[in-house]
Amino acid sequence: MEYQAKELFAKHDVPVTLGTVVTTAEEAKAAAEQIGATVVVKAQVKAGGRGKAGGVKLAKTPDEAYEHASNILGMEIKGLTVNRVLIVPAAEIVEEYYFSFLLDRANRSYLTIASVEGGVEIEEVAKTNPDAVRQIPVDATTGVDEQKAREIVADAKFPLELADQAVGTILALWKVFVEEDATLVEVNPLARLAGDKLEALDGKVSLDENADFRHPEHAEFEDKAAADPLEAKAKEKGLNYVKLDGEVGIIGNGAGLVMSTLDVVAYAGESHGGVKPANFLDIGGGASAEVMANGLDVILNDPQVKSVFVNVFGGITACDAVANGIKGALELLGDNATKPLVVRLDGNKVEEGRAILDELNHPLVTQVDTMDGAADKAAELANA
Amino acid sequence: MSIYLNSDSKVIVQGITGGEGTKHTALMLKAGTNIVGGVNARKAGTTVSHVDAQGNDVELPVFGSVSEAMQETGANVSVVFVPPAFAKDAAMEAIDAGIELLVVITEGIPVQDTAEFFAHSQGTKTRIIGPNCPGIITPGEALAGITPATIAGKGPIGLVSKSGTLTYQMMYELRDFGFTTAIGIGGDPIIGTTHIDALEAFEADPDTKAIVMIGEIGGDAEERAAEFIKANVTKPVVGYVAGFTAPEGKTMGHAGAIVSGSSGTAAAKKEALEAAGVKVGKTPSETAALMREILQNL
Repeated sequence: MEYQAKELFAKHDVPVTLGTVVTTAEEAKAAAEQIGATVVVKAQVKAGGRGKAGGVKLAKTPDEAYEHASNILGMEIKGLTVNRVLIVPAAEIVEEYYFSFLLDRANRSYLTIASVEGGVEIEEVAKTNPDAVRQIPVDATTGVDEQKAREIVADAKFPLELADQAVGTILALWKVFVEEDATLVEVNPLARLAGDKLEALDGKVSLDENADFRHPEHAEFEDKAAADPLEAKAKEKGLNYVKLDGEVGIIGNGAGLVMSTLDVVAYAGESHGGVKPANFLDIGGGASAEVMANGLDVILNDPQVKSVFVNVFGGITACDAVANGIKGALELLGDNATKPLVVRLDGNKVEEGRAILDELNHPLVTQVDTMDGAADKAAELANA
Repeated sequence: MSIYLNSDSKVIVQGITGGEGTKHTALMLKAGTNIVGGVNARKAGTTVSHVDAQGNDVELPVFGSVSEAMQETGANVSVVFVPPAFAKDAAMEAIDAGIELLVVITEGIPVQDTAEFFAHSQGTKTRIIGPNCPGIITPGEALAGITPATIAGKGPIGLVSKSGTLTYQMMYELRDFGFTTAIGIGGDPIIGTTHIDALEAFEADPDTKAIVMIGEIGGDAEERAAEFIKANVTKPVVGYVAGFTAPEGKTMGHAGAIVSGSSGTAAAKKEALEAAGVKVGKTPSETAALMREILQNL
């Protein structure tokens, strides 16, 4: 969120005004009183287009700040509920620029994008005047030093009188990118304020979860309140789960196979009353019986789920472990298990896995040999 | 014939004494791979006991560095199983030692680490596969990675895929035909060998008669591969893209869209591939059926 990005900016000496984050209209009024000037009330959600959605308002008085905050808090922007607003002093903007560092997947390196032709409407500028949006590659070995920063400033044609400030800001943003293990550091707008002062008025930072082991402090950025309760439960158990809007619960191994399973179930659903996949759940390579049982527990607790499709191709994962996980979960649930399970096992230890389920002979479990056949059966049962 | 890996490849394992390294060294040996040793600086001078494909006991030497292992054994391929925090150093060391093929299996490497060792490999003789991938298998000859070697045997198909389990699924669907080489390139934002690299190598390999290419949502690698196919690939290519029904994921702010000019959706990728003359299946089984048809008419 914006205020979190700004905290990271401040930590690395990017010029920024932090403002005050509040969760009630009363606090918004108090914050505005303390600032004692015109303020901006800004919705704090992880989404773009907050201004267009009515989530950013100018308030000349503390009472206006109260009114705007009470309207914005609780508002939905792109499906996200606004629980916090940021109160910052209104700035006198002379010009708006755009600046970002990001991962360049295509060139397998980093990229700078900079434009002095307008900040917030950058996508429009990119379409109508692409030459004004400069893309400057950054070498992953050498990074951004002062010389590189000057090159960027010259290429993007920052005004000469701001050049030194721009170089300093760019070096500070590079520190945010590298030292925080970011995949994106975006300032939009980077504003020229009255008195020729450069300041990051809004920003976005995407952090690399793979680097969390180097940054235990990043855990605080996680928005637990915004997460779906089932997603929160899955996360607690270390499961890679995403809740979707559908009736067929899905468990599989490997992100690609699970995504493919969602597709196959959605196609099968077309001939079974339009049922859809209820979730994405990847139990990963080498999944144990316990992981399987945890996964089933989360999915069976989704009230929308009417049937479950377990689709496993055993590479590293052994099918007997998966079968034992299913058996264990059903024993644990006892009479609380009421939803039918369609299981398709293939690959590593498939004979052993199928034998375990054959022996279990549970009334809720159906084994189907092929992925397409199993998807069809699961969709049929969800529509029953 | 095959690409990148064959029965002449001499393979070392970085992280050979760890849990994953131990398990997969055994499986790679069983698949017929010529593993000549491993690396772990703290256990240099020791050996690890394994059983080869013929059932004979083998003692594999553990070396203190990749360069020492290469000097002593003539190794030209290294498979990396070390944990994410140490993967960058392991990869840098192998690149500096001049390894020809570096297969990085490790999942969860910070992307800036990968960016750094990939940049370091540019201009050297090292080809990187991965990270976060199942590796590469030339059935009947060698396995450098974790792909189950028993799914399918030798045959005329070349396979390149972002996803591990979809690689296994597709090999299984087409096991009656078999494969020259199957490569899982990994789904991380930065990877060494790309779809395009593999397509180019399969095009040049006389034994590969047709190619299966598997993609996933996100990025624009498939779109770029489609352009490459149109201009450079004469062999039939069948494609599959997973994630048609996936919800829109996290976008990279404004910047991602500006860079790629593509939405990264499965539909956009399918369209790009079809425009390049690639037949794209809606499901793995339909994709396999398309390939079957092509091979039967060759």
